[in-house]
Amino acid sequence: MISVKQLTKSFGGFTAVDQLSFEVQPGDIVGFLGPNGAGKSTTMKMLTGFLTPSSGQIEINGLNIADKRVAIQQQIGYLPEGAPAYNDMTVLQFLHFIADIRGLGKDKQARIDKVVEQVELQDMLDRQIEHLSKGFKRRVGLAQAIIHDPAILILDEPTDGLDPNQKHQVRELIQNLSQDKIVIISTHILEEVTAVCNRAMIIADGQLHFDGTPEALQRQSRYHKAVTVHFEHLTDISGLTSMLCVESFEVDRRTGRVTLFPANEQDILPLVSHYIQDHGLPIDTLYAEQGRLDDVFRQLTMEAN
Amino acid sequence: MGNTLIILRREFSSFFATPVAYVFIAIFLSLSAVFTFSFGSLYERGQADLLPFFNFHPWLYLFLVPAMAMRSWSEERKSGSIELLMTLPISVWQAMLGKFLAAWLVLGLALALTFPLWLTVNYLGNPDNGIILAAYLGSWLMSGAFLAIGMCMSALSKSQVIAFILAVVVCFLFVLSGSGLILNAFNDVLPVLVLDTLASFSFLSHFDAMAKGVIALNDVGYFVLVALVWLYAGRLVIEHKKAE
Repeated sequence: MISVKQLTKSFGGFTAVDQLSFEVQPGDIVGFLGPNGAGKSTTMKMLTGFLTPSSGQIEINGLNIADKRVAIQQQIGYLPEGAPAYNDMTVLQFLHFIADIRGLGKDKQARIDKVVEQVELQDMLDRQIEHLSKGFKRRVGLAQAIIHDPAILILDEPTDGLDPNQKHQVRELIQNLSQDKIVIISTHILEEVTAVCNRAMIIADGQLHFDGTPEALQRQSRYHKAVTVHFEHLTDISGLTSMLCVESFEVDRRTGRVTLFPANEQDILPLVSHYIQDHGLPIDTLYAEQGRLDDVFRQLTMEAN
Repeated sequence: MGNTLIILRREFSSFFATPVAYVFIAIFLSLSAVFTFSFGSLYERGQADLLPFFNFHPWLYLFLVPAMAMRSWSEERKSGSIELLMTLPISVWQAMLGKFLAAWLVLGLALALTFPLWLTVNYLGNPDNGIILAAYLGSWLMSGAFLAIGMCMSALSKSQVIAFILAVVVCFLFVLSGSGLILNAFNDVLPVLVLDTLASFSFLSHFDAMAKGVIALNDVGYFVLVALVWLYAGRLVIEHKKAE
């Protein structure tokens, strides 16, 4: 379990993390969301013992990081932002080095084989890390983070700079980790949170602005439960928009789509589709919105400013 | 101890994975040959010893050792791998010591590779090999003190150039404080006690005896102490500003 209390970090006069408090339980896959410079990376650096907090407490599995740093670091796997590694080493040399430091002993070869397979690095083992593409570098970083099968995995922008296939792979990898681990990932990509996380935390200006499930985050969107329709040709929609269950509507001038917002968060999809059928309106698209995350994100992080 | 050894191995092989070690050894060997034969007049002196060779070591190390040490931490900062290293379950001291020992071994290797000189004097005459061995050990010890200064300066900056210049300046002060140049300049101004203290901080005065084959406890202790103090300072620097 990770317990963070009143965590603060300031650099000179600038406060990067401001009185942040939260707890993470085993089984939580937490997505740290937030604009650039919000304090996500700084928080992760403090959790992993790289930075010392200006004030506040971090306790991990009952140990305080201020006096048990090394013991805590043994339980954490960490992928720093940009996946730094020793460029003059080959992938295999690097993994051996990390495995030695992690004290894997006689399990070493088996663990290395396993992670190489997990992140699909088989063909790159004898390449110098310096000469790897961005995607492979990221995979090497992931491999060193999970090589000791840590109870806590902290990944700073694990999919940054990867192509969609690689992103998919990384997400699968995270999802396939066992259920009793703590995983914290930071990302700019909102869909990633709904795809892999069971908890989302939005951080802006060093403070926590949202903490809940990705679904709860979507519910915050005004598009949550809204219904969007599109017609084959120009149609009178005044009847639709004046239905009792429709509170307001919005027309996207570019695509011609009409979005109907429900009154009192009710499900209006059945009512709308009924109406359309009854009146024989020429529709070609009709769907219920889940809620637009980028919208919520903007709303929550702009409030902060 | 285990972790120190693992870091040592990584750093040592990294010296040979990049051209650093080869370039260093090549330059060290050719310069020491030039100094010994041209400036030190090894042949002309007509004595079977390696004094001319060892006498130039402080000046050789002054530039070569900072060049070798400058990358140790600067590179880690620059590439960001310091974040990886410092979030692995090792202490800063283990990392510092591992890096130091690796570079010190390379220095030892470079020294050992000057053995043809030793063969030469043994071929030409009948030198006291005990003295030569003692001088080798003394020289290696002194190189450790240079190295520790260089590593501390490397910890200060992410720029290798700055680390190099700072290290040369500090090393220069340590070498120079015992040279006749400084001592004569202050001869009339400073009391003898101060001058003696100043001179006792110098690498030169402590190395002089060792180059002649006298291994005294206070000289050995001095170099060990200087190395430890600078390594410790480097450790503090890393601990306090590793993220900058």
